[in-house]
Amino acid sequence: MYPNNYHYTKDHEWVAVSGDTATVGITDYAQNHLGDVVYIELPAVGKHLDVHQTIGSIESVKAVSEVFSPVSGEVVEANADLNNSPEAVNQDPHGKGWIIRLKMKNKGDLQALMSAADYEKYLEGLEA
Amino acid sequence: MSYISLSDQDKKEMLARVGVSSVDELYGCLPEEIKLKRRLNLPEALSEPELIRRFECLAASNTYADHISFLGAGVYRHFIPSVVDYLSSRGEFVTPYTPYQPEVSQGTLQVIFEYQTLICQLTGMDISNASLYDGAMAAAEAVLMASRLNTKPKILVARSLHPQYRETIRTYIKNMGVRIEEIEFGDCGGIKTADLMNKLDKDTSAVLLQSPNFFGVVEDLKKFGELAHEHQALFIVAVAEAASFGVLEAPGKFGADVVCGEAQSFGLAPSFGGPFLGFMACKKEHLRQLPGRIAGQTKDVDGKRGFVLTLSTREQHIRREKATSNICTNQALCALRATIFLETLGHDGLREMAVQNMQKAAYAADKLGKIEGVKARFEGRFFNEFVLEFPRDVGRINDGLQAKGIVGGLDLKGYYPELANCALFCVTEVHTKKEIDRLAAALKKVLR
Amino acid sequence: MIREPLIFEISDKGKRAFRLPKLDIKAKKHVFEGLAIRDEIQDFPQVSEVEVVRHFTRLSQQNYCVDLGIYPLGSCTMKYNPKVNEKVAALDGFAQSHPLAPADMVQGNLEIIKLVEDYLGEIAGLDAFTLQPSAGAQGELTGMMLIHACHQARGNPRKIVLIPDSAHGTNPSSAHLCGYTVQEIKSNENGTIDLADLSERMTEDVAALMVTNPNTLGVFEYDICKIAEIVHAKGGFVYMDGANMNALTGICRPGDMGVDVIHINLHKTFSTPHGGGGPGSGPVGVKAVLEPYLPIPRVEKKDGAFVLNFDRPNSIGRVRGFHGNFLVVVRALAYMLSLGPDGIREIAEIAVLNANYIRKSLDKDYHLKYTTPTLHECVFSDKFQKEFGVSNLDIAKRLIDLGVHPPTMSFPLIVHGALMVEPTETESRRDLDMFIEAMKQIAREAKEDPEILKTAPHYSYIRRLDETTAARNPIVKWERGK
Repeated sequence: MYPNNYHYTKDHEWVAVSGDTATVGITDYAQNHLGDVVYIELPAVGKHLDVHQTIGSIESVKAVSEVFSPVSGEVVEANADLNNSPEAVNQDPHGKGWIIRLKMKNKGDLQALMSAADYEKYLEGLEA
Repeated sequence: MSYISLSDQDKKEMLARVGVSSVDELYGCLPEEIKLKRRLNLPEALSEPELIRRFECLAASNTYADHISFLGAGVYRHFIPSVVDYLSSRGEFVTPYTPYQPEVSQGTLQVIFEYQTLICQLTGMDISNASLYDGAMAAAEAVLMASRLNTKPKILVARSLHPQYRETIRTYIKNMGVRIEEIEFGDCGGIKTADLMNKLDKDTSAVLLQSPNFFGVVEDLKKFGELAHEHQALFIVAVAEAASFGVLEAPGKFGADVVCGEAQSFGLAPSFGGPFLGFMACKKEHLRQLPGRIAGQTKDVDGKRGFVLTLSTREQHIRREKATSNICTNQALCALRATIFLETLGHDGLREMAVQNMQKAAYAADKLGKIEGVKARFEGRFFNEFVLEFPRDVGRINDGLQAKGIVGGLDLKGYYPELANCALFCVTEVHTKKEIDRLAAALKKVLR
Repeated sequence: MIREPLIFEISDKGKRAFRLPKLDIKAKKHVFEGLAIRDEIQDFPQVSEVEVVRHFTRLSQQNYCVDLGIYPLGSCTMKYNPKVNEKVAALDGFAQSHPLAPADMVQGNLEIIKLVEDYLGEIAGLDAFTLQPSAGAQGELTGMMLIHACHQARGNPRKIVLIPDSAHGTNPSSAHLCGYTVQEIKSNENGTIDLADLSERMTEDVAALMVTNPNTLGVFEYDICKIAEIVHAKGGFVYMDGANMNALTGICRPGDMGVDVIHINLHKTFSTPHGGGGPGSGPVGVKAVLEPYLPIPRVEKKDGAFVLNFDRPNSIGRVRGFHGNFLVVVRALAYMLSLGPDGIREIAEIAVLNANYIRKSLDKDYHLKYTTPTLHECVFSDKFQKEFGVSNLDIAKRLIDLGVHPPTMSFPLIVHGALMVEPTETESRRDLDMFIEAMKQIAREAKEDPEILKTAPHYSYIRRLDETTAARNPIVKWERGK
């Protein structure tokens, strides 16, 4: 379910790293809890984000959640496809439903995040 | 009179089912020391005939309606077709609440959808909400909306915006870190262009003006809209006399970002100031910052067209302190009346009404302006209101008119010190030529 | 049933439902000179009077309403709206009066404002009321502004407003609109304010506590006097959201429990109709210390006549135009005068009896997260039905099939899958039993035939609507050819 090479947060974001670029999205657990996503508020390219700073918000019909940045860096791309098909977050949260790409400032930020196995254990704890 | 539907036997059996011996016992969860140990000090209950008599007496001590009145200033008397009262009194419209359950609220929802469409057609905007409290509050919400869309510290507001709207804006923004600067009016009665150009700068978030403005004067929306946009400021147009939409070009045509105001003219009586109908419409791209409810079209599981409340994530019940506004209950029944009114008047009726307002007001201004000592204060073209300047204090002139059964124009001295001896007159389609002539004759006598 | 088209879809060029008298003066072209005059208003309706009447009559028949039956929408107080109130509010003397008319011509109106302010003061145990706020949320904002102004005058407006997690969404939103930061207070296992959490958070940075009493669970804050002491000890104010005042009228008075500011919803407690979403009215009452800050103008009696006083230098200003939703106030006065002191107490008592009757009748069938005694409403949840895959939404939609309006759903937020039931005092035993029976049937169906719930409603004018598509691709007006 949860890709092994991703890193995860307690707020249910994931990060995939390639070089110094980090791709960020929300997890399958998060999209499931939100329900049908209808709108994603995306940040401007060039914006600097600190760890845990708000990236934007995700809206379903009757809920809004903020998405927090798991790592620090500069926004180099926002997933513009989500403007027309927000459902990608529901259908493919760990793939086409990615939200932003960041140029990472500090790779050390990753150390505070969970591995897939740890995240799954964390989810079990939540459901109990 | 009581509106309780339980018999004594019902109460006894219900208390038994609950497992208590008295209603007092149900209040056992209240601390004894705060319970009221006496009857409320209120008048004894009245029967329906007594109640009606009481209110007829109160209504009769309002002598205003016995006069011919020329007051406007944000509250207008227009003819209301009989179907408006008839249809809007139906219990199915009067006694439901907000359409939270769309399957049993399609009537209300479709009315809101039609209302939104009508407001868009009239204002020339893309999107309308379902209503706000009144024109003053709509103007304040528009200022807050502008400051969210364009986060610069200064908002320019025309001094010729309704004084109560300006006061309300000031109250609303007091603790919000936005600054208001006012733009002067010139001899034409419209905005002084030089003053606007002086005050427009890189810190300006928005320009808000009213047209027709408080003095009835129609503003040059094209010019001011362009100026605002040249400075990357939003352009907000407030309209307090919605009947003007029947003849004047839609503000949307001049690039307005937000159009807001008061739609009392659409089927609502003067009502001593409320309930009225605040409206707000905006460009598509500002949708997410629009306050208030919105109805949208969709389909049911069988593919049938239906309507729902939509984009609710902007609202307080979901976004709480981050909502676009705190509004919950709005003015739905007033919006229903406006919808019935507009659909009854229809395209030609609304146009006819608006044109008659302009013609009659022009006739009155001309007639009154010819009286010795009276002159038009402003040069600009107006819709159905105009300002006259008198040789002496308006208060005394109005006392004289009142003695002749006439309520004259609004004394402007309290609102604009430089307009001492000036009064704002309103003439609509309900005023007959005879009444206008009577005002002229009375004024002549009073001024003699 | 045939779908009623949109008016725009039946519009035809040249049709009219209205005509004015011929212009009785000579029309002059020059009045339009130099102005931007519009040609036609594209696609604006053109229909006959018969078409208008049938259109709205058919639309009205697609609505459920209080005049049809029980409408137990929790927190909304959907009680019966007396018809004589409509009649008196429509009297020309009120409806045709202009708000800027000289005071001597509107003495009746000013007397009504004064009477309602005084009566609400007696009912709430507070010193002064303003009727200007248009609805509950604007009342909250007004109350917050009064508090802000008073703190400001004392030298420090403070920064924080404390709000329990069970509160209406308008509370945090209104506090925020006044520039305050909101901090949430946790509810304890009784569903009431956690005193320890409150004591800890109540510092000299806190301007006020906003409390709904009885709260949104229908539970009375038993420790309200202690709560007020804690807040007052640090110089804060207690703001009460009076949305649930219907449970307390004539029983106890917020002013006597340490409340400094309250708003009351005339469209809830005082029977004025909800109108499909408004207009309402949200009068605000205060203790004397906050009176100087009330919105202008104030109605006062001077030399035997009512006057409007605008000269109030400490006032927060206006929160809207003119004098509030005046005709709503007229209706509320008619209600108070009809009921008298005993009737006003009786509405609270019977509202509480009816709610407890429903609670007791259904507490085996539906889960109650909080078992604390409740007053005028109770909050069930879908916990038992969830076992069969049935949610509160399914229950609500099935109620529609069974001829009653669903309760408030998914609120308060502290109860997952909430169904918040407020029957009000005006319901007959027959209507209460019909609701109870419907709920029991649904509880049975959840076990035996959950599918019938998940696909409900079956018998309504329209079936479940796709709200997701409505939000993803908003269509918020009619356009030709679309």
